[in-house]
Amino acid sequence: MSKNKKALIRIIVSLCVVIVTVVLKYTISESISWFKWLELGLSLAAYFTVGYDVLWKAITNIVRGKIFDEHFLMTIATIGAFAIGEYVDATAVMLLYQIGELFQRYAVGKSRKSIAELMDIRPEEATVIRDDLEIKVHPSEIEIGETILIKAGEKIPLDGEIIKGECSLDTSAMTGESLPRKASIGQTVVSGCLNLDGTIFIKTTSTYDDSTVAKVLDLVENATSKKSPAENFITKFSRYYTPIVVALAVILAVVPPMFEGISVGTVWLKWMRRAMMFLFVSCPCALVISIPLGFFGGIACASKNGILVKGSNYLELLAKSKIIAFDKTGTLTKGNFAVTQVVPENKREEILSLAALAEQYSNHPIAISICRERKADMSAQVQEIAGHGVKAVVNGSVILCGNDKLMNDYDIEFSPISDGTVVYVAQDGRFVGSIQISDQIKEDSHEAIAELKKAGVTTVMLTGDNNITAQEIAVKLNVDKYYSELLPQDKVTKLNELKQNEKVAFVGDGINDAPVLATADVGIAMGAMGSDVAIEAADIVLMQDNPASVPLAKRIAKSTLKIVTENIVLSIAIKFAVLILSAIGLLDKIAFGMIIAILADVGVCVIAILNSMRTMFIKKRK
Amino acid sequence: MRKIIALQDLDCADCAAKMENAINKIDGVLSASVNFMTQKIILDIKDDNATDTLKQIKSVCKKIEPDCILKI
Repeated sequence: MSKNKKALIRIIVSLCVVIVTVVLKYTISESISWFKWLELGLSLAAYFTVGYDVLWKAITNIVRGKIFDEHFLMTIATIGAFAIGEYVDATAVMLLYQIGELFQRYAVGKSRKSIAELMDIRPEEATVIRDDLEIKVHPSEIEIGETILIKAGEKIPLDGEIIKGECSLDTSAMTGESLPRKASIGQTVVSGCLNLDGTIFIKTTSTYDDSTVAKVLDLVENATSKKSPAENFITKFSRYYTPIVVALAVILAVVPPMFEGISVGTVWLKWMRRAMMFLFVSCPCALVISIPLGFFGGIACASKNGILVKGSNYLELLAKSKIIAFDKTGTLTKGNFAVTQVVPENKREEILSLAALAEQYSNHPIAISICRERKADMSAQVQEIAGHGVKAVVNGSVILCGNDKLMNDYDIEFSPISDGTVVYVAQDGRFVGSIQISDQIKEDSHEAIAELKKAGVTTVMLTGDNNITAQEIAVKLNVDKYYSELLPQDKVTKLNELKQNEKVAFVGDGINDAPVLATADVGIAMGAMGSDVAIEAADIVLMQDNPASVPLAKRIAKSTLKIVTENIVLSIAIKFAVLILSAIGLLDKIAFGMIIAILADVGVCVIAILNSMRTMFIKKRK
Repeated sequence: MRKIIALQDLDCADCAAKMENAINKIDGVLSASVNFMTQKIILDIKDDNATDTLKQIKSVCKKIEPDCILKI
């Protein structure tokens, strides 16, 4: 029988006895002289049925030298109530405490499970091909280089390369990206993705422990071990809170009666009751449970969206970051060059064809971007002039293709263009036109920057590029500030400057900016699926190569922190309210004052748990 | 040696924190974190006397939360 079921049965039995006792008390108590003893007997029976484990724990804990725990407090409070003759009250208090505990345990268990399930994307089974037979095994039993079969509807258990078949993959569990992706022979696939249709055979490239899905889960599951300042505050708070409240309870029970009438029994009883209410609210459980639960929900929600957070402290730091700095190339821009403009536009075909002929053998990024636009249709004799460009001879005609220096060297008159990277093209000593090449901005960069600015974040762009290129991109994206011509170590210096007044998050692709990621209060690596370096260096890892994840991460962090703050304020406020009300005697008028105190304690806890669950449902803004 | 121990019936977050503190104080434990949410202890322990260390961990946890079962 499960623990909860056992507890429930004990509660029901005890509750029945209490009801019988109360009924007897109001019906026959007048007629039986020894009813007081009957009431005591029934109450004790009910009390021990429901509360024996609390008493036992209190005793064993005292033996081990741990005095101030909730079991001890319950024991003291209820024994106190028995001592002053309120038998039914004492039993009801214990009963209510146990009901509260059960409810709380149930709520915590349920919420914990639903969050854990949200994240559990671990594949349980894999079909491996051994000696032409399909064998089903646990993924951990498969070695690198074996062939596995994944049918439609199955999860990819290990990283590998497709050797046969094709399919579309649902990568949402890993990246949060909802659009399916096509995969065919030769492509590598990542574990944790779902095969939507088709059958594929893959050759594994990782063991189970090293697979992407195992790493991702490891990261997220261990995330809450890095505690946030809010959690540390609570740990500290609870360490002082309980002893202080217990001390206050003792003072309340002893000091006022000395002035009000040291020899009057009822005065002592009155203050004893109030002191006991103090003991009930002295347990900081709502705080201790709901804060980590809130953060865990936030982390789970983030990971569902392809944002891996390595610790709740980073979630809190991100929520507080006023400045978010972006690396330019590869983060805000695609990092691959492309032809953006041809001047004059009416000679586009001719200019591109000539340039493609000249650049066809080069593997310089600029050459590649031109050849992507136009394939060269014949061969050429090419001479590269380092730092200037190329000179090509095709069918006796000389093509020059390069920068302004090349044009000047050959005394060619040309119309210069000042911004970005420009390739000038000339044929047989005559200028034909120019091709402007620049890095392309990612589709979502605009929106990401705009959303962050709306959220009151200062956006900063850091780049190693020259000022002209940097300015162009900065203006297009409307970032607040940009710094150009920075070497990697300059980026670190710049970030340290920014860090002086505000918390700063840095977003980079994690490949050559690991030191900057480490310097920032929160280092965010983007598009890091499968890149160990980035996962290692960053505090938050974005699985998608998409800047839109940054404002989403920021929003999840902010909402989580808000919910956590709500919990802290709510729990502390209600506890203090109960403390004050009972100290000044307002709860005396209510029949079951102690029960109010317990309800405040358990109720707050459950409200806080439910509130924490909201972190799981923070949505993408559309 | 890295080891992950699953827990059953770990009901209170406060106890989890207490367990974590206590385990970290054991000789032979390099680092330990008790994850209440996933009901796991993530351990890094010295290779020598590992069985002995695990025994100590078990008894420490038993002391703090008698209901909680460690599945080693």
